[in-house]
Amino acid sequence: MTGVPSPAGLDLRPEHEALVATVRRFARDEVAPVIGGYYERGEFPYPLVATMGEMGLFGLPFPEEYGGMGGDAFALCLVLEELARVDSSLAITLEAGVGLGAMPIHRFGTEDQRQRWLPDLCSGRSLAAFGLTEPGGGSDAGATRTTARRDGDEWVVDGTKAFITNSGTRITRLVTVTAVTGRRADGRPDISAIVVPSGTPGFTVGPEYSKVGWTASDTHELAFAGCRVPADHLLGEEGRGYAQFLSILDTGRVAIGALSVGLAQGCVDECLGYVGEREAFGRKLAQSQVLQFKVADMEARTHVARLAVRDAAARLVAGRPLRREAAIAKLVASEAAMANAREATQIFGGYGFMNETPVGRFYRDAKILEIGEGTSEVQRMLIARELGLPATP
Amino acid sequence: MNVVVCVKQIPDPAAPASLDPTTHTLDRSGKLILDDSDSYGVEMALQLAANVEGSEVTVVSMAPNSETSGLRTALAMGAAKAILVSDGALAGTDALGTAKVLAAAIRRAEPDLVIAATESTDGYTGTVPVQVAELLGLPSVTFAKAVATDGSSVKVERQTEAGYDDVECSLPAVVTVTAGVVEPRYPSFKGIMAAKSKPVDTLSLADLGIDPSEVGFTGARQEITDVSAAESRSAGEIVVDEGDGAQRIVAFLEQIKVV
Ligand SMILES: Cc1cc2nc3c(=O)[nH]c(=O)nc-3n(C[C@H](O)[C@H](O)[C@H](O)COP(=O)(O)OP(=O)(O)OC[C@H]3O[C@@H](n4cnc5c(N)ncnc54)[C@H](O)[C@@H]3O)c2cc1C
Ligand SMILES: Cc1cc2nc3c(=O)[nH]c(=O)nc-3n(C[C@H](O)[C@H](O)[C@H](O)COP(=O)(O)OP(=O)(O)OC[C@H]3O[C@@H](n4cnc5c(N)ncnc54)[C@H](O)[C@@H]3O)c2cc1C
Repeated sequence: MTGVPSPAGLDLRPEHEALVATVRRFARDEVAPVIGGYYERGEFPYPLVATMGEMGLFGLPFPEEYGGMGGDAFALCLVLEELARVDSSLAITLEAGVGLGAMPIHRFGTEDQRQRWLPDLCSGRSLAAFGLTEPGGGSDAGATRTTARRDGDEWVVDGTKAFITNSGTRITRLVTVTAVTGRRADGRPDISAIVVPSGTPGFTVGPEYSKVGWTASDTHELAFAGCRVPADHLLGEEGRGYAQFLSILDTGRVAIGALSVGLAQGCVDECLGYVGEREAFGRKLAQSQVLQFKVADMEARTHVARLAVRDAAARLVAGRPLRREAAIAKLVASEAAMANAREATQIFGGYGFMNETPVGRFYRDAKILEIGEGTSEVQRMLIARELGLPATP
Repeated sequence: MNVVVCVKQIPDPAAPASLDPTTHTLDRSGKLILDDSDSYGVEMALQLAANVEGSEVTVVSMAPNSETSGLRTALAMGAAKAILVSDGALAGTDALGTAKVLAAAIRRAEPDLVIAATESTDGYTGTVPVQVAELLGLPSVTFAKAVATDGSSVKVERQTEAGYDDVECSLPAVVTVTAGVVEPRYPSFKGIMAAKSKPVDTLSLADLGIDPSEVGFTGARQEITDVSAAESRSAGEIVVDEGDGAQRIVAFLEQIKVV
């Protein structure tokens, strides 16, 4: 042993190795053979999600007393990476269910709220969603229009949320929405988080969006009109919703980074197989230096992205500051995924443009990674702020 | 009820395998994993144990280099403890030698029921479990496609070419299960963490009182004299159905004399 600390999260502990091996087997044996069909049909893969529930994946980072597995966000990132290597729709279903749906309840919920909601969510029997984005804008969360007004023992929610993952499945149990609950002296809104159970009168789930990618995941617009929930459905402190979800978003960014690394790696995996088999001009594609260089670049991007994501994930678990690192991880990983998907599709030629090939799906799934949970522009803004650069109008 | 499951740890079939050029044996120096065939045995054992109060599942393996990753997988699925036999002198052990070692290890666990797979994925001689049964002086029921037990006897649906036999046998006994007898669970992270602290009893040949000359290359009665690559399959014939597809299939089957 030298005095050099272990490489940034790339040497996994045995339990993490075992977890990765388990998820890899599931992805290869059960997801890969059928996911193309779900993707093509735009159908939510209930049986696969149920198996993931039985595997304990939805409870991974939560304590056992709430039905969780006692793992952490690092373990979750490993799982997301491994799933996204094969399919992103399932990975985002898990990420949104755990990172956005259940995590705020665990982080900010009262003991009673945790006991009430977490066990079902941890088991994967039900799913939760988090509604922040509105039709009028997502990047500027301070511009939230949805309101929640206190009326006796109830909150009355009015407004619309856009693009909310996991919000309309048969097993969706609740959506946590951000809403303006008051105004400060300077006119800025007080934003709070309110839990709205599925099926609450006044809460309407719009039709499934027709999406470019992630087509086997569930995304809806949500409308709230005089929607009443009990007062104890306020999650965390009144007026602190904004600060709370900012910290949730740091976690979410690392998770989307992990998903991006998985997709970038999936592109490398697929291309290595393809250039070894496909022939053109009397030789294997692998014989072409141009294509070798493309694959080498893909590998390099994946490696760098993985380092950034594992570092941010390790910080998250250690409770160290990570605003800068999370933004960098999400930025470089999502851009690596996008670049790899573009190159992989090119290497596959016409087959790369077919929905039936994994790289065809990777191409369609990559773009959202640069948009969801903070666009690349937002990540750059965050990094600039962390560098002490002034806010720009 | 003490249920013992034989689990073989093998080189990952998904990774390219290599044979030793002189002994023709499989290179087992890398990381080994739980043989998929045995994950059915582990699951079967866990389900049977869950139905008989006071039951415990022990997994037993013989493997080089004190390998435990496959055992940890079985422990993560829910087995209570493991016995591993690992000894430098075991290199080159043939199927009978393997059975001797396993039988000695299994005896220590005082089994009521021993479960193994019908055949392993890498060696697939399919001879180890019945040899273990013989050495332990136990009855064996092979090719089980369904198993039930009350702790004193075992009922097995034994797969045959025509269908299945109903077999009932008193315990202790050895049962070999077919792939698909049950759906193996994936280990959860909680299970993986719990497995870290479950006991793995690692034994040498001396611990088992086995003379090294009975096993390994010296004790092996089988020798692999030659290995040759399987002939690559030639391209098939594609027949386009022009309304006579069924007749052409029958004609083909007649031609190769299967009907
Ligand atoms: C499939 C899918 C699933 C989603 N799931 C969820 C979910 O579960 N929950 C949820 O709350 N949201 C979800 N979203 C919403 C997503 O997080 C938002 O789309 C994203 O944050 C961007 O917000 P916007 O679409 O309103 O874009 P806008 O904020 O309108 O931005 C438009 C463009 O302007 C750029 N921009 C904005 N402001 C600036 C600036 N100051 N400087 C430079 N550039 C700027 C942005 O980077 C972007 O390129 C999902 C979206 C999709 C597509
Ligand atoms: C000459 C020769 C040299 C060999 N050298 C080596 C060597 O150096 N190292 C080595 O590991 N193998 C070696 N082998 C192979 C090894 O001995 C056989 O794999 C072993 O005898 C089991 O045979 P099988 O895989 O065909 O078992 P099968 O009879 O097909 O196995 C059926 C079931 O029996 C159980 N079982 C079988 N083997 C084990 C085990 N080891 N632990 C626990 N349960 C088991 C499992 O449940 C398995 O599914 C050698 C074989 C020969 C013939």
